This record gives sequence, structure tokens and C-alpha cells, in this order.
Amino acid sequence: MSDSQQDLFSQSMTELAAGLDAGDFTSAELTETLLERIGAHDDKLNAFITVTADEALQSAARADEARASGRGGVLNGLPVLHKDIFCTRGVKTTCGSRMLDNFVAPYDATVVEKLAGAGAVVLGKTNMDEFAMGSSNETSYFGPVRNPWNLECSPGGSSGGSAAAVAARLAPAATGTDTGGSIRQPAALTGTVGIKPTYGRVSRYGMIAFASSLDQAGVITRTAEDAARLLGVMAGFDERDSTSIDEPVPDYIAGLDRPIKGLRVGIVRQHFDAGLDADCAVSIREAIAVLESLGATTVEVDLPNLDLSVPTYYVVAPAECSSNLSRFDGVRFGHRADEAEDLMDLYCRSRGEGFGDEVKRRIMTGTYVLSAGYYDAYYLKAQQVRHLIADDFRSAFADVDVIAGPTSPTPAFRLGDKIDDPITMYLNDIYTIGANLAGLPGMSIPCGFVNGLPVGLHLVAAHFAEETLLRCSHQFQQHTDWHKACPKDFA
Amino acid sequence: MSLSKEQVRHIAMLARLKLTEEEYAESVQKLSKIVDFVDQLSAADTRDVLPMAHPLHAVQRLRPDVVTETDERDYLQENAAAVADGLYLVPKVIE
Amino acid sequence: MKAGWEVVIGLEIHAQLATRSKIFSGASTAYGAAPNTQACLVDLGYPGVLPVLNEEVVHMATMFGLAVNATVAPRSVFARKNYFYPDLPKGYQISQFELPIVEHGELYITDDEGRDKRIGITRAHLEEDAGKSIHEGLERSSGIDLNRAGTPLLEIVSEPDLRSAKEAVAYMRKMHSIVRYLRISDGNMQEGSFRCDANVSVRPVGQQELGTRTELKNLNSFRFVERAINFEIDRQIEVIEDGGEVVQETRLYDSDKDETRPMRSKEESHDYRYFPDPDLLPVEISPEYIETARQQLPELPTAKKRRFTDQYDLKPDDADLLTGSRPLADYFEAAVAATGAKPQLVANWVIGDLSGALNRDSLEIADSKVSATELAGLLTRIHDNTISGKIAKQVFEAMWAGEGDADTVIDAKGLKQITDSTAIEAVVDEVIAANPGQVAEYRAGKEKLIGFFVGRVMQATKGQANPGQVNQILKKKLHD
Repeated sequence: MSDSQQDLFSQSMTELAAGLDAGDFTSAELTETLLERIGAHDDKLNAFITVTADEALQSAARADEARASGRGGVLNGLPVLHKDIFCTRGVKTTCGSRMLDNFVAPYDATVVEKLAGAGAVVLGKTNMDEFAMGSSNETSYFGPVRNPWNLECSPGGSSGGSAAAVAARLAPAATGTDTGGSIRQPAALTGTVGIKPTYGRVSRYGMIAFASSLDQAGVITRTAEDAARLLGVMAGFDERDSTSIDEPVPDYIAGLDRPIKGLRVGIVRQHFDAGLDADCAVSIREAIAVLESLGATTVEVDLPNLDLSVPTYYVVAPAECSSNLSRFDGVRFGHRADEAEDLMDLYCRSRGEGFGDEVKRRIMTGTYVLSAGYYDAYYLKAQQVRHLIADDFRSAFADVDVIAGPTSPTPAFRLGDKIDDPITMYLNDIYTIGANLAGLPGMSIPCGFVNGLPVGLHLVAAHFAEETLLRCSHQFQQHTDWHKACPKDFA
Repeated sequence: MSLSKEQVRHIAMLARLKLTEEEYAESVQKLSKIVDFVDQLSAADTRDVLPMAHPLHAVQRLRPDVVTETDERDYLQENAAAVADGLYLVPKVIE
Repeated sequence: MKAGWEVVIGLEIHAQLATRSKIFSGASTAYGAAPNTQACLVDLGYPGVLPVLNEEVVHMATMFGLAVNATVAPRSVFARKNYFYPDLPKGYQISQFELPIVEHGELYITDDEGRDKRIGITRAHLEEDAGKSIHEGLERSSGIDLNRAGTPLLEIVSEPDLRSAKEAVAYMRKMHSIVRYLRISDGNMQEGSFRCDANVSVRPVGQQELGTRTELKNLNSFRFVERAINFEIDRQIEVIEDGGEVVQETRLYDSDKDETRPMRSKEESHDYRYFPDPDLLPVEISPEYIETARQQLPELPTAKKRRFTDQYDLKPDDADLLTGSRPLADYFEAAVAATGAKPQLVANWVIGDLSGALNRDSLEIADSKVSATELAGLLTRIHDNTISGKIAKQVFEAMWAGEGDADTVIDAKGLKQITDSTAIEAVVDEVIAANPGQVAEYRAGKEKLIGFFVGRVMQATKGQANPGQVNQILKKKLHD
């Protein structure tokens, strides 16, 4: 085995693609290497709910055949992971819940179909907060995921399994979903790259819904270039999703090398208020200085309603979730309580047993804010404030191309530290939630360390300006090494 | 504003969730905190602000009236806990 | 109804729209398939699937809006109505709440006094139908068939403008006729494609505020609508007269017992928690779209009735009957176009013999064993005196039985009318000679006896003599 094969696991997708093209190794070899590595390390992390070893080896073999005969898509033979929120035909799809512990999806999500169509090899399905409701991965029925940088810490959530696995070099890339920061916050806490595209950019078909007007699929990788590569495959119009947008998908990779000289970077006053860890603030300011050194100019912008984004989110998201999760009633799929006395008992016990505490709490919050007498005060009010928040961003993007700031107020926190206090947990998402409420693309990239734990730089752009985010991130990564750092237990 | 136990019971009934007594106690406490937290919204000035249900100003696209689906009943019912003669079973419903 | 009381009724009609596929999925809407074989992932509410709106339902709702002189909303929004029920797979029904697709329409009916009465249509909105619960044949369970789940419905809500069960039925019939004219619903009531809930209340005459209303469900025939409402009116009046109070509730009509009773499953308090469905975007309808739909509107029953009385000089009642259904009206017009016979004669035959035969064999007009052209052929033979009206009935029956067109039957059976005066005179002479007593009485002034002589002549000619000629010749000879 050559040196290059020994550290296959640490290579980016782009590097792996080059190696496959050059014939340095086969997809089967690559797949075996990573499956072995998953076997050796996942006990520590709990990043996987299902490892699809057999299917992976088969698709790797198919990819190798395709390559040999000169065929194969742009991801041919390259390994990826899917967050267990994406339906995969014939493979268990749990959404991190007891409710779907035994659920075998009868169809593929559009994202799954597109990546498979491009030749990607799926190694497994990653752990996540139950129904994507959580910011620490502690609400998973399958137990918390651990942060590869410190196993006592949370990797963030809800796409914690995807982030931890990519950070620990168990795979170069994984899909995730982001309703309030569920891709970006775990990316920040694990030192990986996470992008949540514009709402409607990637199809939601087959992605188990949490809050339909906020949910968006994206990716977690180690480089912006890989994110561009994957997003180019995932994005695009889907006739099965009424909310997907019929806009052409640009060639994200083609634009990466354009310098960011002249890029107008917005700095939000409120981002550096109390609440942001002082050491993190230093890293973020240094990262912004790097952008300036590359020719970007900074402009101070104002998001006056930023503080209201978390309460707005915690009305809108639970309201939609309370309705989206009504389909889990024990009748057609999912957990069903034994020996139900009557219909009411069947419903209440199947759902009472199948859902965990946080999910039940959000369902009840959502039920409350929509119920008679409270709708106007909460749901309607939140929809109005949502408008104000979206308008704040619109004004800001009249003056700047991206907004840069922290992804998360602190680096990774210890497992158990916040789980008993929902409000403290919710406030973790203060910097990321606005992009979901306004439907904007957002991205987190590694930009430093505090006490040995990664810090993420958060970038937000106008609708459909993913190219700007990817280019800015790529240029940053060309001049920094934060993304190359590997947690020592996984080197 | 604090939620009463009765309110929480009513919400749990509407949401079809069976909770243990312990869970009720915890829910009253935590849901009250959440409601207090989101009550911040009441301070926002939203006069003449239209509610925003959707992040993009797009319009519903229409699908041609064509039958595209085929029968997959038996495969789909593998996920159901109780079926008979092609029907999904629930405890007897009285109308 | 008891004197001193006034009844207030509003109807909610659910018309299934006659699309090929469902409102939000590509599953078939065909009736009668094996359970759950037409319930796809979207209809079953599978995790992760999403609704996409069928263009045909928007077109149909637009046509309906125009037909009832309503506003077709430039922007309408789908909302979720949340409640748990086994026939509702997602735990919510996609419907329209604050912004329905059709608002402020009207319909004219003939009221109990025979006058035109305007009934307001509050709104009509699009929604998905639920599945069916099956209770028979299962021990401790109910079975759920979701084939119907996701079938498009147009829910048409009237103003509380109806004042009797009869008016309610007249309104429902008119609505039935309109949706069928528009071909947006097959209106099949046995299959549940056209059903109705009624909100009924009573109040003493002169009282301004409305009484407490009850909602009657399960009204799936015109007869049941009338009977259920009448039962409910009597029940409410009795409750109030006995010093009680009407309880606002949902009641089910039991046609076997001809009574309404409270629905047990709907007892718990409802809180539907409507909110805009985030999986669907606002539906926008442009003025151009509406204009195109207007061009496609067929002639509707009221206009057609007016035209039938004007253009064909039909009796108003006949025009009403003929325009009750579009296929019947089309049949009539096709027959008129193919014969020189008077339209009123055609009308008589369509309403009389043809409808009788259809009823007898339980056939729809579309399946008639005698086509419009064939009927026209028969009526032409009456018109040109080849046969008499009476013989024509015989020929019609033969045609119905498949013995061929009118001319074939007339030839085969030798039914051609005798119009040769010499031949008729010979028979008349025989009849006069054979009945001297009656001839004498006739000539003495008992002119009623002419019928007797005509009868004899017709008998002798097996009905084939031209009755007019027979009359004329008889009179001449008897007066000689």
C-alpha cells in the first residue's frame, strides 16, 4: 500500500476524485478503507445509526466498472454519508427517533437519488437529534454523538453525526439539514465546513419534515471546494417539491478561484454583544481580518430585530412541526403501542412512547401557539416579526455581499450541560436562525480554536448567492489552515 | 405567563400525546418558560406588517392532471403494524 | 311545518371534482378499486413526501366561480386543518381557510311560491377528501381504505338563505345540474361524489337573531336531504316548545330510521388550528386565465331554458325538464336538428316515451338504445304522415328492442299508414253498411258516435289508416 493509500481517509473529495481518475486506487479500496475506519472509530463517536456496508461495496464495484468503461457521474465512486432524515429506499430511516426505529423507507429522497445518480457511494446514515430538534445531538433515541475534538463534548446538532463523522475523517462529506442552524452550528463545533443553501435551492422531497418553511438540505465537508462539488449535484428544481425553485444551478466550482478583492463584508453590530464568548470573538475578528487582507472591505450593518429571531423561530418551527408530526399515529408506519383500548389510546400511547421529550415539548408548544385564542398573539405575531427580520436582511444586502460573524456563541459545550434548560439550548442558534427565517444561504467554516475546540466563521449572503459564500470560503481556506487540522485521536 | 396543568393536559390531548404524571409536571414548568420566552414578541411593533408564511415570494406551480402512480400497496403495507385484506386496522371507530 | 316558526338553512355541498389524478398526487381517482391500491405515498402521508397541486382543479374551480357569478380570487392560499382521525392520514386536511379560490357567488332557485329566489354563495374552496373507515366484517377493529384520500373536492358553502327543506333540495338540484353542466363533477350521489351537510336552525317568526343550529351530516341523496331537514325542524321545534334548548352539535342522518342523532365521534371540542400550509405556495390566477375560462363556459341551465322556450317555443315546464341535464338537452337539440317535426313534438317524445324507457331500464341518456338521430327518424315519419302517433309508439318499442331504425321497423311490420282515399273509402263503406243502427243514431244527431266509427275503421285497418283522412271520409259519407 502506497502512502497515498494509507491516508486516503484524510483526503478531500476533490483529492479523492483525482486519485480515482489517476487510477491510484479504486472506489472499492476507498470504500473498504473507510468502512474499516468507521468500524474502528465509531464506537467512540456514535455518529452512525446505520452503516450500509454491503450496499456501499456494491455501489463502489458498480462505480469502478463504470469508470473502467469510461462512464460515471461527477461523484463516481466517491463516498458520502446521509443524515438519517433522508429517506433511503430499502434502508432503515429513523430520523433519530424511536417512532421510526423500524421504518424502512419505500422510496429515495431527491437528494439521495441525485447523489446516487452522480455515482456517490453511501457508507451509512448518520445520527441526529430526534426529528432534527436539538442543538447538541442529545435528543437522539440512539444516544448522543460525541465531538471528535473532545469526546466529553457535544458535536452540536441536529446534524451532529454528519459533522462528527466528517471531522473524524470517517468520510469526506455528509448531507445534513438545517432548520435553525442544524448544519452550520455542528460544522462550527467540529471544525468542518457546512453550507445551508437558499430555501428552495435543494429539493425537500424525501427529507422528513421538521418545519417546512425553514428546512433546507445542505452538506458538511472539510473544504469549501467539496461543498461546491456536492451542492452542484444536489441543487436544482424538483417537480415533486412545490417550494423548490426553478432557477438554473450555476457551476459552483468554476467561480471558486475568483479573488474576493472588493467583496463587501457586512459586520453586524449586534453579533458582538454580550453572549458571544470573548475568545471566540477574537477568532472571528481575526478571520474577518484575513478576508480584509484578501481585499474585502468591511461595512458595519444593523440587524435591529436579531434578538427576536430566536423567539420567532420558537413559535414558527414548533407550529409547523406540531402539524408535520401528526402523521405519526401508529397506523400506516412507525411505532404502534401494544393492546390499545381504543383509537384515542392508540394515538396517545403510540405518540407518547414513540417521541422523546424535546419532540413532545415542541409539538405541545406548536399546538399551543396555533390553538384557538392564542393564534394571533403568537403564530400570527411571529409571522409578522419574521417579515421584519427578512426586511432587515434585505436592507443589509443592499450594502454588502456577505455578512460575516460567529456561527455559535461558544465552542462545543459539554454533553449534559444545556439539555435540561431548553431556553439556553435554543439561544445557541441565535446567529444562525435569521438565515432560515429569511430563507437565505448560510455557511460556516473553521476559523480558529479556543481551548482546543474549533470556532466557526458564519457567512450569510443574499438569496441564491451560494456562489459568493463558496468563493469567499474557498479563498479563505486557500490562505488558512484551520480546515486541515485533524482531531488527534483520529489522525 | 405560566401555563396551568389543565392547559397542558388540553394541549397534550389535542396533540394526542400520553404523558406520565412526572412528564406533566416537567412540561408545565418547561412549557411555561418557553411561553415566557416567546412572549418577547409582544413588544415588537408589527402594525401594518404583513405576516410572512414563506421565505420566498414564489407562486404555486401546477402539475398536469396525469396518473403517474402505480399500485404498491403490498410493499407499502410492510411498514404497517396491523393490516387485513388490504385495509389498515385501528381499534373500532364508533361514529 | 308548524305555523309561527321560521326555518333557516345553509348548505355545504361537497362536489368531487372529476379529475383523473388526485389533487396533490398522481394516484388515480377511479372509483371502486381494491382497498388502498390507489393510495400512493403522498395520499398515505408518508414521511418526507410533498403535495403538488393538480392544474385541472384550479381550472374547474375557476369555471365554477364564473358559472355562479362569483369572484375568482386572484390569490388563494391552502391551509392545514388539523385533527386526528383514522381516515385522515396526515393528521391534517389540506383545505382553504382565509383565502378561498371562489367567493361571493349566487344561484337562483324557484321557491315554494314558484318565484325566482336568489341564494347567496358565501364561498367555494378546494380541499382534499378523506379516506373511508370500514366497520363491517371486522371484530374489534375498523379498517381504513385510503383510496379516496386526496380526491379533489370543491366545498360550496351557501349563505343561510334557504327557508325550507324544499328550497334546500331545489338549491341542491340546481347546484347538481351546474356542476354536471360544467363537467367538473360526475355528481354521482351513490358513490359520494356529490354530498351535502346542512346547517339547520329554527326561530319564532319575527325573531331577528338566529336560533342555535345543528349540522346534519351524511346527506347523500335529494330525498334524504329533504327528510333529514324536515325531521330536524320538527325535532328542534319540539325541543323548544317543551321548554328545552337546542344544542349546537353535529348530527348524523339515519335513513333506515328516518331520524337524526348526535354523532359520537365528533363530541370532543374542536380546535382545528388552521394555518397556511408551508408545503404549498399561494395560487395566483391572472385575469387572462379567467378570461380564457370564461370563453370555455358552456351554456348554463337557466340560459338554456330561456333559449329553449324562445327558440323552440316549448312549454316552460318542458324546457325546465329538458335543461335539467346537459346530455338530455343535447339529445333533444340533436333530435330537433335531424327532423322537420315540431320541437314540441320532439320534447313530448323525449320527456315521455324516451324518458320512460330509460327509467324502465335504469339507463342514462348517454346509453339510450335509441339515438337522437334514430328518434328524429321516427318523428319524421309522424310528421310526413307515414305513420300515426299511436303506431309510432309501437315502432319506438321495436326500435328500443333493437329491431332497427324507424323505416326498417315500419317496413318489416307493414305499419305504413294507409293514405289511399279509395282504400279508406272502401273500408268506411263496409263499416257503415255493417252498423246501420249506429248510423241512424248518428244521423239523428248523436255526433259523439263518430269516435265509434273511427275506432271500427282503425280496427279494420290495424290502425294503419290515416286518422285525419278516416275522420274526413266518415263525416262526408255519414252526412250523405
